[in-house]
Amino acid sequence: ADLSFSQPQAYVSDEILTPFDKVSQHNNFYEFGTDKADPARNAQSFQTNPWQLKVEGEVGSSLTLDYDDLMQSIPLEERVYRLRCVEAWSMVIPWVGFPLAALLKKADPTGSAKYVAFETLYDPNQMPGQKSRLMGGGIDYPYVEGLTIEEAMNPLTFIAVGLYGKTLPPQNGAPVRLVVPWKYGFKSIKSVVNIRLTERRPPTTWNQLAPHEYGFYANVNPEVDHPRWSQATERRIGEGGLLSAKRIATLPFNGYGEQVAHLYAGLDLRRNY
Amino acid sequence: MAEASARPVYWWRVVTVKTLMHLLALLPLVGLFWAANAGRLGGDPVQYIIHFTGKGALNCLMITLLLTPLARKFKQGWLLQCRRLIGLYVILYASVHLLSFIALDLVWDWSLLASEIVERPYILLGMLSWSLLLALTVTSPMAVRRRMGGQWQRLHFWIYPLILLVVWHYYWSVRSEVVEPIIYALVAIWLLSLRKDKLKAFAKPIWSKQPKTKTKVA
Repeated sequence: ADLSFSQPQAYVSDEILTPFDKVSQHNNFYEFGTDKADPARNAQSFQTNPWQLKVEGEVGSSLTLDYDDLMQSIPLEERVYRLRCVEAWSMVIPWVGFPLAALLKKADPTGSAKYVAFETLYDPNQMPGQKSRLMGGGIDYPYVEGLTIEEAMNPLTFIAVGLYGKTLPPQNGAPVRLVVPWKYGFKSIKSVVNIRLTERRPPTTWNQLAPHEYGFYANVNPEVDHPRWSQATERRIGEGGLLSAKRIATLPFNGYGEQVAHLYAGLDLRRNY
Repeated sequence: MAEASARPVYWWRVVTVKTLMHLLALLPLVGLFWAANAGRLGGDPVQYIIHFTGKGALNCLMITLLLTPLARKFKQGWLLQCRRLIGLYVILYASVHLLSFIALDLVWDWSLLASEIVERPYILLGMLSWSLLLALTVTSPMAVRRRMGGQWQRLHFWIYPLILLVVWHYYWSVRSEVVEPIIYALVAIWLLSLRKDKLKAFAKPIWSKQPKTKTKVA
C-alpha cells in the first residue's frame, strides 16, 4: 500500500538508488531460506497484518503497537541510506519510517536502560527456515539483535515500515524492521515483534553462531577484515545487468562516521568488531 | 556371462552414453546463462552463479570418481572410457566458477584477488585445486600420457587429495549452511574408502622415502 511521508532534505541522496526489483529480490532472510532469491519466493503469503510490536523492559510505560499504530502513530519520513552487507555487497535504498528514538521516548526509558534487544517473529508455520534446520541455515530462532542505548537513540537509527514509498514487501522484513546504516546489514533485524530495554548486553544471533566472525558492534569497517574475506571494498548493486556492477572502497562506519564515530571514542574497534 | 563380458563393446553404446553425458553436463550451464541473461536469478545473481558453477564442478568430480567403482561392480569396463570426458567438465565448471569470482564478484580487481589468495585460506584452497585440475587437464591427451610414462599415474593420483581440497574449500566458504558441505565430505570419504588399497600403495613410496631412525619393535 502507498504511504504518506515527508522527505527531509538531510536524508536525500544523489547516489544512484538500487532499483526496487533488486532490493526486493536479493535478501538475506534465512527464515525464508538461505538463498538470496528464497525470501522473495517463499515470503509472499506471510501475514503482516494484524501485527503486534511490544516495547518493554526498562521503561516507564510499556507499549504495544498494532499494525495501524506502526503506520500512523509517528509521522513517517523517507530516508535514503546505504546498506552494506557483511558479505561485501551494498545497495542504496529509500526507506520510509521513523527514528527509533521517537518510539523509545514514548515508552520513557528508565535510568538503567543500557541496551536495546530486538526479536523477530517466531512462527515456524509461516517461516519454513524456522521449521527446518537445513532450510534455516542452522540458526537458533527467533533471530535476535541488540544495540547500546546510545546507538539506539542516535538520530540515524531508523525503524522502517516501507521502501520506495510503499509498505515493505514481506521479504524485506514487513511490516516493521530496524535499519542501522553504519552497521553491517545483519544488525538490521526484520519483522520485529519485540523491543526490550535491558540493563545487560543482549545476545545477538550471528555473534552466537560464529563469535570470531561476527561481533556485537558489527560497525562497517574497511580496516577490520572478516576472517574469511576482505572488507576493504564492496560490490555496489546498482542499475543495469550482471556485468555492470562496480567495486568501490568501503568507508568507515559506511560513510556515516560524522554522525556516529563519537559513540565509539576510546573503544578498540579491532577488538570490538 | 563370461562370453558377454568378453564381447567387444559396440561403438554405438559408448557414443550414445558419451553424447548423453555431454548433454547432461552442458545443459545446466546453458540453463544458467539463459536464466542470468533473462534476469531470472533474482536481484544479484553473482553469488548464485558462483555457487552453482562451483557445485557443478564438484558434482562432475564426484561422478568421475564414481565411474571406476561402478565399472568394477557391474563389470562394465567401457565406462572407464568416459572418465576423461567428465573430467574435462570438471575443469570447465571450475573455470567458469573462478572466472565468475574474478569478473563478477571482484570485478577484475587483480590486487584484491592477489591479497585474497594470500590471506584467505579457502580462496587459496580453491586456487590450489584449480591449478591442480589444470595440470591434470593439460596432461590428459593420449599423446602426453604416453610420453609421461609412469609419471602420469603419479600425477593423476592427485585427483584423490583434490576432492578433499575441494570439499574443504566448499565447507570453508559458506556462512552457516554447513549441512550440504558435510554431506559432500561424507560422499568424498566414501569414494576414497572404496580405493583404500590403491591409496595405500601410492602413499607408501612417499612415506618410505623418509629416513627411518628406529626399527619398530613389535
